[in-house]
Amino acid sequence: MEASIESRSDDMQPTTVPGSNGAVVRLADVKKTYQMGPITVEALRGLSLDFLQGQYITIMGPSGCGKSTLLNLLGCLDRPTSGQYFLGAEDVSQLDDDELSAIRGKRIGFVFQSYNLIAQLNVVENIEVPLYYQGYGEEESRERAIELARMVGLGSRLDHRPYELSGGQQQRVAIARALSNDPYILLADEPTGNLDTASGEEILHIFDELHQQGKTLVLVTHEEEVADRSWRVIRLRDGQVERDDTKG
Amino acid sequence: MFLERLIGIDLIRLKRTLQMGFKSILSHKLRSFLTVLGIIFGVCSVIAMLAIGEGASHEAQAQIRELGANNIIVRSVEPPDDRGASDQQSRVIEYGVTYDDVRRIREVIPGISIIVPGRNIRTDLWNADRRLRGVVAGTVPWFPEMSNSPVVYGRFFNDDEMDQSLNVAVLDRTTAGRLFPLDNPVGNTVRVERQYYRVIGVIDDRHAANNDSEGAAGTHRMFIPLTASRNRFGEIIVEQSAGSRSMERVELHEAIVRVDDQEQVVNVAGIIQDLMERYHNTLDYEIIVPLELLRQAEQTQRIFNIVLGSIAAISLIVGGIGIMNIMLASVTERTREIGVRRALGAKRKDIITQFLIETVLLSATGGIVGVVLGVTIPFVISYFADMATIVTLWAPLVAFTISAMVGVIFGIYPAMRAADMDPVEALRHE
Repeated sequence: MEASIESRSDDMQPTTVPGSNGAVVRLADVKKTYQMGPITVEALRGLSLDFLQGQYITIMGPSGCGKSTLLNLLGCLDRPTSGQYFLGAEDVSQLDDDELSAIRGKRIGFVFQSYNLIAQLNVVENIEVPLYYQGYGEEESRERAIELARMVGLGSRLDHRPYELSGGQQQRVAIARALSNDPYILLADEPTGNLDTASGEEILHIFDELHQQGKTLVLVTHEEEVADRSWRVIRLRDGQVERDDTKG
Repeated sequence: MFLERLIGIDLIRLKRTLQMGFKSILSHKLRSFLTVLGIIFGVCSVIAMLAIGEGASHEAQAQIRELGANNIIVRSVEPPDDRGASDQQSRVIEYGVTYDDVRRIREVIPGISIIVPGRNIRTDLWNADRRLRGVVAGTVPWFPEMSNSPVVYGRFFNDDEMDQSLNVAVLDRTTAGRLFPLDNPVGNTVRVERQYYRVIGVIDDRHAANNDSEGAAGTHRMFIPLTASRNRFGEIIVEQSAGSRSMERVELHEAIVRVDDQEQVVNVAGIIQDLMERYHNTLDYEIIVPLELLRQAEQTQRIFNIVLGSIAAISLIVGGIGIMNIMLASVTERTREIGVRRALGAKRKDIITQFLIETVLLSATGGIVGVVLGVTIPFVISYFADMATIVTLWAPLVAFTISAMVGVIFGIYPAMRAADMDPVEALRHE
């Protein structure tokens, strides 16, 4: 990587949970239930987790274990039925729709399995999308987007549209986009799921470097090789933590 | 910065939203074009139809105005056919406006400045061997002034010629052209029956061209003093055509009454009506009031505008429904994009703005193209179809404003649908 991204300091709030030992995320007895007709589905049954600043975490588990629900909650796309979710200094578990949008825009970076780039926009414009919603000026946002595109190795394809890029390249754009707002945590949902081994390796290499730079990374995956590279592996089963291993 | 705070809109953001909207629209060129077509046709047809309508009514009103808004025309009309079959051939039909009528009108009604009586006799006009079917109109010296028919060459006959019932004639412009294609008519003579008339002038006969019950526009007229007409043709007019012979006694074919005060035109017309009714047993006359015709024409124009307005409204609504339909499809198609944008920090109102701006851009583009076409088409019609068209300033303005409003109104629902999507569901959408 040629450049690293400096943290923006205009968010005056502390980025860690008060009273914790440097936790960016704190889930306290978080429950999530869905009503599917007459049946109540308990997707999460009282999770309590702390994610420390700079941790590289993978979440694993069989399908139906609550991985997706947890990811949606962590990403502020959904609200827990009960319990508290601190993202930085703030409990975001009961914010309204607009406030959640604002939190997502400021503090969370998303990387999806299927990249989810916007087809009619080019590389730079895609990276700019979160900045646009944050109200960045045109020049500042363009500069930052170009810098990020260079960082993920796409400096020569700034005006390419998504369909002109390989899967690996698209995912690198998505990572640059997720980093553009300098988020508290970067959430990645099966980021290598659609990629061949070589491209997947490139992506994981970028994650390794981000980890070294001190970013907090949360990956959802079912591939053991991916989990092996992370620092902490959380295994879920039936909406509860089955194992939580942190490497030496 | 101050301006932005003042109006509460982030201008830079608005500009970028517009750019984004253009990008989305341009990424589906054909679809956007087809969507916009409804609005283009709506706007364009509204402007074009209004221009044609305006032109037609303007022409009609101008024609009526040329009859004179201060004038009342009393005209002889052959009464409904009540003759027995037995004496059809021989009887002289007597009808129409009489000299007595004109005298009574002049004596009874105050505020009338001039009266122009006229007799029209259908006959052949001859210049040596050249024959022209036409009308010999007996009238008074002040006819040109009263009927807004300017003398274009030579002069009209004067009071002396009238008093002496001389055989002088003034031709209307087309008659002059047909009878004397090569030489100057003034100074030449025209023969009617066994009489010769010296041509002293040519006039542009607007009165006849616009309103002539004898044969509408294109009737060839020759004007001679009323006194000469009475002396040369007598009171009984015999007309022979296709073996049948009809005789009629008509003193005056028409009389134009000029009222000094325009406010009084309708009242005077009423008095004339009363007078005529008292002395005529049958309805052998008609009273034409150009001012009333003008009012009627204006009324017709108003109704015409309402009808056009309704058609315009309907066509724009249809165009709007087309846009709404496409935007709903577009929202469904772009569910994923909406989910991604929401995940990346877009608020509900950002999504609403985005889709609303796309719709407004579509309809406004359609509006602009429609205005350009709508302003062009009337010119093309005028050029090729020889019809008067008038493009008023407000027609394109109103049409464009409505089209932009259609964009907002029909864009709101799809935009709300987009904004109300659950981000989690939207992201899962295939």
